[in-house]
This record gives sequence, structure tokens and C-alpha cells, in this order.
Amino acid sequence: MVFFLQNIINALQWGSFYAMIALGYSMVYSILMLFNFAHGDIFMVGAYIGFGVATGLVTLSATGFIALPGWVILVLTILLSMFLTSFVGMIVERVGYRPLRDAPRASAAITGLMIGIILETGNLALMGARRVSFPPLIESVTYNIGGVFVTNKKILIVVVSLAFMLALHLFVQRTRYGMAMRAMAFDFVVVPLMGVPVNTIARLTFAIGSALAAVAGILFGLAYPVLDPYMGIVFGWKAFVAAILGGRGSIMGATLAGFLLGFIEIFVAMIFPSTLRDLIAYSIILLILVFRPHGFFGEPYSARLRL
Amino acid sequence: MALLEIRHMTHHFGGLRAVHDYNLSIEPGQVRGLIGPNGAGKTTIFNLITGIYRPSEGQILLDGAPIAGLAPYQIADRGLGRTFQDLRLWRHMTVLEHVKLAHYSKLRYGLFGAFFGTPARHREEDRITRRSMELLEMMNVAHLADQLVPNLPYGAQRRVEMARALATGPKVLFLDEPTAGMNPEELIQMMAIIRKVRQSLGLAIFLIEHRLKMVMELCDIIQTLVFGEVIAEGSPEEIQNNPAVIEAYLGKEIVE
Repeated sequence: MVFFLQNIINALQWGSFYAMIALGYSMVYSILMLFNFAHGDIFMVGAYIGFGVATGLVTLSATGFIALPGWVILVLTILLSMFLTSFVGMIVERVGYRPLRDAPRASAAITGLMIGIILETGNLALMGARRVSFPPLIESVTYNIGGVFVTNKKILIVVVSLAFMLALHLFVQRTRYGMAMRAMAFDFVVVPLMGVPVNTIARLTFAIGSALAAVAGILFGLAYPVLDPYMGIVFGWKAFVAAILGGRGSIMGATLAGFLLGFIEIFVAMIFPSTLRDLIAYSIILLILVFRPHGFFGEPYSARLRL
Repeated sequence: MALLEIRHMTHHFGGLRAVHDYNLSIEPGQVRGLIGPNGAGKTTIFNLITGIYRPSEGQILLDGAPIAGLAPYQIADRGLGRTFQDLRLWRHMTVLEHVKLAHYSKLRYGLFGAFFGTPARHREEDRITRRSMELLEMMNVAHLADQLVPNLPYGAQRRVEMARALATGPKVLFLDEPTAGMNPEELIQMMAIIRKVRQSLGLAIFLIEHRLKMVMELCDIIQTLVFGEVIAEGSPEEIQNNPAVIEAYLGKEIVE
């Protein structure tokens, strides 16, 4: 039982990473009907930007000029990195996707792959072929709750992720921007005729997705402090799986599927040797998809209005 | 200066000439009709004016300012609202959300307000909710505000679309076959609503219609379009008695 609870906490942590990244895939898909395959690499870029901001703030703090406590640095790192990474997303949209909006879908799909490679190798060129380690920022504290070991970082990761997901949900449900996003999910023709600047909304969607990926990147850096330029690839694939499994374009679906992926992976590893983890976990997910081809909240057909 | 003025608008789709030398002048408060056989280019004219297509030639002036070539959202914001021949509602959104979203360009709060839920955002969203409810009441669909649109009867869906178009705050309202597919009861209701809109909001209306009785009753001036060209323009009486119109379009119906 203790072992079981222990794994639930781990699963929640991994699920948070997947869900946060899957949201970016899903949001972009819902309005542009294409998957931004560079999104996993935006997660990586977000982690590196977080690394840069955090290292800078730690260094500044160490000079004694303005001594900031670790948690203040963490909050500042998250906010600043979200801001900066959102620009990466907006540039990707403007350069890679907007010119190709009416191009064949396959062209837009390889755009994402190419941008991904550019981001990875660009990072390699910039930072060199070495791994960097994310500054710890906050001291690790382990709590023993009836035999279950919980670190403050794990709690932080899950709570911060859930808070951002809730904020996104409220944003999408309650603001004019979110409402515009939901309308664009089904139609690109009428929405502009109602006075909504669709290009601005598309850019905003990329910005928000990228900012969430940056949060995931920083939280990942806190838990697993070694960063490398290719860290976004497998994460990207898995989050993409979550986005599809959740139902294309569904925010709620992407969130739940992200957590489900975390749970399946962790619980498979609990029973089987960890080398078999992904083999078995993704066989299970494949099986789920066979029985629910449209995902949890997906629509059985695309009913989007086109001119 | 007319409210909306179109001079010598011509449009080609590849080699096909869809609209030729189209002219229009709408005054505030006027109701204009556009009739013509299927494929004459009526909806194309709506699409050209509202910015879905950019005209190959010609000028479109709204309040004296050229709008041809602006993005559709800019044109909508300047005061052209429209409905569609085939209902184009967002079937996963509620009635109220349709009307609220069409107020997009009229809301005065930015991204900061949206992210942090500032008092300005709440005030603005409340204001727009109230305005949207007023429009829905005017269309007699206020009691359906929280319903998803596919659950509504057809006539009510049409009226939701009308409320959505009005929410953009138009100076000219474009109605593309507002009574298409309606039963007689719904038709009477729609005509009453169009009259009400004209009286209480004082805006100009430009409508495409197939039901001639309705066009004749509602419109001040009617244009007849055949193969992308206006062959007659005038009051309902003039149109009814114009031999070219009778030949090209009215045909049997005038005999009835």
C-alpha cells in the first residue's frame, strides 16, 4: 500500500510534465488543425531559457548586490522564462506556420520537424555539446508521511502544474480570447467576420502553449537537473500521444491523457523491469486507441466549416 | 455621402467573371434587396463587400473611407455585420457565447486583464453579457441563452445568427437569405424581426432573398442581378413591372 501511494505521487509528477506539454499541442491543433511537431523542442528551449534566467539570478544574488531567496528566484525564473519562451513560439508561428496555412498538411507537418531540428542544433551551436545542470534553487526536503516519501519538489511540481492548467481552463472559458480560440476550433471563415483578428489569436495560442512548455521545462529541471539539447524529442512524442489520446483539440482531454500516460508508465515500471517500461506502457496505450480511435473527448468526424 | 458606396466593382475567379461593374449606394436606415437567379453572384457580392474576397477592380467606401482590401475583422469592426445562407453557427458553443464573441472588438480589456482577471475584465464581460442578453431578447431567444445551438429549432437558430451579426455593432446589416428553409410561421416571425431591427436600431439592411413577396414588402429599393450584372434597380413596383426582370427572373411567379 505504501509502495502504491509512493508511485501515485511519482505518476502525478510525470503526468504533470506530459499534460503541460500536451496542452500546447492540443491548443495549436484545435485552432490550426495541425500539430506543431516542434513543440517538444520548445519545451527544451524553455528549460534552457529557464536555466539561463535562473543561473543569471543566482549569480546576481551571489554578488550580494540583491540577495534573493531561492523561491523568489524560482518564481521570477518561471515568469521570465514563460515570457521569453512565448516569443520563441510566436516566431515559430510567424516564420514556420503562417506562410504555410493554405499549404498541404504534409508541408506544415515537416515544417514542425525542421524547426525542431533547427532548435536542437541551434542550441548545440550556442551551448556546445555539453550537458548543463539546472541550479537547485530550492533545498530538497523529504517528508515521511506514514512511510511514503514525498519531496517538496514533487509537491511543488504537481501543484504548480495543476494551478497553470486551471488558469488556462479559466482563460479559455471566461475571456474573449479564449472564446475566440474555441470558435476558431470549428471555423476560420465566420470568426473574422465577427470582428475577431484570427492571426492575433493564432499567435496568442502559440505563445500560451510555449509558455506552458517553459513551465514544464523549468519544473523538469528542478526534478532532473541535467539538460541536453535532445531532451525534448521523446517528451514531445509522448506528449503528442497524450494530445491525440485526449481527443484532438480537447484541453480537458489532453490534461487527463497526460496524467494517464504518467500513471501507466509508472505503474508498468512498478510491476515490470524498468527497461520494459515504455514497451509495455505504449502497447497498452495503443490498445486504448484501438478501442477509442477518436480519443477521450474527440469528435468522430471533423465538422469544421470551410469556405 | 452615402453610408455605403460601391463604385464599379468587378471580380474575376480565374477566367470567370463573377461580378461586373457593380454599383451600390445605401443610405442610413434604408432596406435594400438583391434578387436574381441561382448562381447570379449575389453571395459573391456579399463576400466581396465583407472582405472574404478582395475585388479585382472597383472601390468600396464605408462612411467615405475605402475598405476594399482590409482584413475581414477590420471591416466587421468598422460596421458591416452579416448572416449566412447556410447557417454558420459554432455548434459546440452556447447561444450566449455566440453573441458575446461577436462583441470581441467592442470589449475594452487586454491580455493583462484576461490573464489576471482584473476588475476591468469582469466589468467589461458583465457589460457585454447584459448587452448580449438584450439582443437575444429582441430576437425572442433569450430563454435559450445557455443552450448549445444544435438543440434549437431552425427558426431560432436563424435568429441567433441575426443576434450575432447585430452584436458586431453594424451600420449596415447583410442578410443572406434570412428566411431560407423556413416554414410560414417562422417566416412571419423573421419579417417582424427585420422590421423591428430596422425601427429600433436604425441601421441599413441589405438582404438577398428568394421569396419575392418578402422582398417586395420589406425593401425600399431592389436590384436584380443576372450573370454578375445588375439588369434593373428600382422600387418594388418598378422591379415588378420591369420587362427585363420578368423575362430574366420573375417569369412565372409574376403570373401567379
